[in-house]
Amino acid sequence: MALLEMRNICKRFNTVIALDKVDFNLDQGEVVSLLGENGAGKTTLMKVLYGMVKPDEGEICFSGNRVTIDKPSAAIKLGIYMVHQHFMLMPAMTVVENIIVGEETGKGILLDKKEALDRVQSLIEEYNFDIDANAKVAGLSVGQCQRVELLKALYREADILILDEPTAVLTPTEVEELFAAVRKLKIAGKSIVIITHKLKETMAIADRVCVLRNGCMVEEDILPEHTCAAELSRLMVGRLVDLEVRHPAQQIGSVVLSANDISINYGQGNCLKHITLNVRAGEILGIAGVEGNGQSLLLRTLTGLESGEFIHIKLDGVEMKCSPKVFLSSGIGHIPEDRTTMGIVGDMSIKDNLILGYHRQKSFSLYGLRRDREIKSNAIQLVGKNAIKTDSIDTPVKSLSGGNQQKVMLARTFSQPLRALIIAQPTRGVDVGAMEYIHNQILSLRDQGVAILLVSADLDEVCTLSDRIAVIYEGEIVRECLPGELSKVELGLYMTGSSGKSAEK
Amino acid sequence: MGTQFNKLKSNPMIRKTGFSCFALFLSLLCGAVIIGYSGYSPINIYKVIFVDTLSSKSGIMLALSQATPLMFTGMAFAIAYKVKIINLGEEGQLHCGAMAAAIVGAYIPNLPHLPHVFMALVAGAVAGGMIGLLTGVLKIHFGASEIITSLLLNSIIVYITSYLCNGPLKPLDSSSPQTPFINESARLTRLVPKTQLTTAILIAIAIAVLLHLLMSKLTLGYEMKAVGLNLNAANVHGISIARIYLFTMILSSAIAGLCGSTLVLGVNGRYVEDISLNYGFAGISVAALASYEPLAVPITAIIFGILKAGAFTVDRTTNIPVELVSVVQAFVVVFIAAPKLTEFILGIFNNIPGMKQKTGGC
Repeated sequence: MALLEMRNICKRFNTVIALDKVDFNLDQGEVVSLLGENGAGKTTLMKVLYGMVKPDEGEICFSGNRVTIDKPSAAIKLGIYMVHQHFMLMPAMTVVENIIVGEETGKGILLDKKEALDRVQSLIEEYNFDIDANAKVAGLSVGQCQRVELLKALYREADILILDEPTAVLTPTEVEELFAAVRKLKIAGKSIVIITHKLKETMAIADRVCVLRNGCMVEEDILPEHTCAAELSRLMVGRLVDLEVRHPAQQIGSVVLSANDISINYGQGNCLKHITLNVRAGEILGIAGVEGNGQSLLLRTLTGLESGEFIHIKLDGVEMKCSPKVFLSSGIGHIPEDRTTMGIVGDMSIKDNLILGYHRQKSFSLYGLRRDREIKSNAIQLVGKNAIKTDSIDTPVKSLSGGNQQKVMLARTFSQPLRALIIAQPTRGVDVGAMEYIHNQILSLRDQGVAILLVSADLDEVCTLSDRIAVIYEGEIVRECLPGELSKVELGLYMTGSSGKSAEK
Repeated sequence: MGTQFNKLKSNPMIRKTGFSCFALFLSLLCGAVIIGYSGYSPINIYKVIFVDTLSSKSGIMLALSQATPLMFTGMAFAIAYKVKIINLGEEGQLHCGAMAAAIVGAYIPNLPHLPHVFMALVAGAVAGGMIGLLTGVLKIHFGASEIITSLLLNSIIVYITSYLCNGPLKPLDSSSPQTPFINESARLTRLVPKTQLTTAILIAIAIAVLLHLLMSKLTLGYEMKAVGLNLNAANVHGISIARIYLFTMILSSAIAGLCGSTLVLGVNGRYVEDISLNYGFAGISVAALASYEPLAVPITAIIFGILKAGAFTVDRTTNIPVELVSVVQAFVVVFIAAPKLTEFILGIFNNIPGMKQKTGGC
């Protein structure tokens, strides 16, 4: 008998069907990969299990008994724990403090940290996690933070762990460490569900693969040894896609965008040290690096958001005034790294979002008056051309799925005449189908002679798209190379600043 | 029926209107409980407020003239709130505008009617706008929160205007603190003789329409909306936050200043210390009830105006304490300021069969 059974789960959000009669089983000691595009419903399904989303229909059986899970605390009581994509940790507190939050030991109002510390320490030893229980979370790496999240689950004696996109923010080495931990958990008898859209990792770690597509369970019993990545992606998307093939640049021209010896220091993780970059026409320069190594600041600098006497940015050899307005109007497109906080105005309509940044252009504004007809026809054209799924151009953009929001952002920039493009995390939170589309768009822009700077936390993406790669670590370009010159593991070492110290390990 | 209701709910305009109506309904309900508990008949008091007041011409006029200043201050708050600026300085800006209008109205002689009125109105708006400029500059260049500065500027301004009407500008023959009467040429035209209803209400409605056009038709309004809804994204896309803040702050306080002008030119005929019956802060509730939509502000201002006029009627014709009417107003603030509470109660109502239409349709 399965440890956990979800039967006939249905969930609708307004008119959108997120889950359509989905069945899902989980055995003890099993690692299941829940595979699917974004918006396929995999996170929603797990949120149902975790009590964060109330299903319209369906039932959940735990060890054969029917249970109601209406809030996360009920799920935790049953031994189910979800590690979210964005960690729920308090940086200013120590590892132990973070772990025991909500489960504080001790009598009455007195906190017994000693007992908690002992338990955490023994867990760390048991699973061989390389963490100091008394360290402040703020000083931990992303991989270590994830282990703290795992410890939180183990501390609560969870038997079922749900990991939501656990590898999205990890370097290749950290992914290996995570998988080692997962294997140990499995040996300890824990059941693990990994939500992911990455095929290679699925193949590497899962005992069983379940594929969701458009809210339906397409396959729930695929064994990794009986399938291949291409087959899985076909199941996910419904057709064959290939994201691994490189399309090198054909014609690289002269330098379009250049930054010369830029140093800014706003403190740890937010500084640039002597950055010199030249992006040439028709090439993609990829910036590889673990998040929080100065990428954000670099992006701000290259889009005119930082100004100062030491910042010199040239477009076609002409020094630019540092202002986003000037940068945008001279043809430097910008796809910001964080869609919701920087890229779109969620409460504004699709049509209004499609002109943001270009709203003062003659085609959209005449003597300060909005040209409603042009704005509308622009929106209709872009929505159609980019297959943005919506029923109206007047709906607020926040009601679209992540992939479609991304498309709105890209459509806006790509419809402009561009000289250069600063593009960050272009496919974050976007499914395989949309990813392919976005990659093709970027490549076709490059082939039209646009100079492109790509910043991405996804090393695979950087390696496939770039014609040149620069590795950034603590605000410094530590290595420049051509794709294929270094292996991903070597790049990973540069990204973590341990290339020189690798002998120590 | 169910889907129709859902469709209605999905239209933001209708949802907001429904929400405001429901909040109002709840306030009347809770007010009724308090009134009943105090030993008076709620039906009676509501009859006096709504039926008696609104059945006489003078009652209607009183309600409208009470609503006029609230329209100005309500719009001042609402337009700033669109950009997520909390302008709590309407009270001071109003006093400043009133003083400026009183000076222009009283000390410039021999002007024809229209230019004089126009000059006095503009003086008030400019004076109010200057306060907004100051608040804006403090915010942009020194990072001072406009909530604090605008609020604290209120008392500074009121002390200054109070000094002016107690000292240098006080007429020799006057015993109370006030400025001299303005010239007849600066007086706003009364729409209905012997009432306080002047052309000010038309100015207010015109401003509401203009503000609506600004937000919906002008590129500037688009930029304001973007800044209000997502500051970061606006900045990334080349919109100058400082410019928008400054403009909005000046616009908002100019409208509050204009409110002061109309009170001097239309109601009091001079600056007096207590020229504002707390209009500045009442404007916040008016704006909130209107969901910060400029076009809706005149309507909600009239609702508050009716309550105010009703309070006068209650005071005049019954022995019920007027404070009970303020209780209803206070409840409006509570239910508007705590949308979750109101939505929670709305949810209870929705679960009662047969209540659906009532709450969703109004």
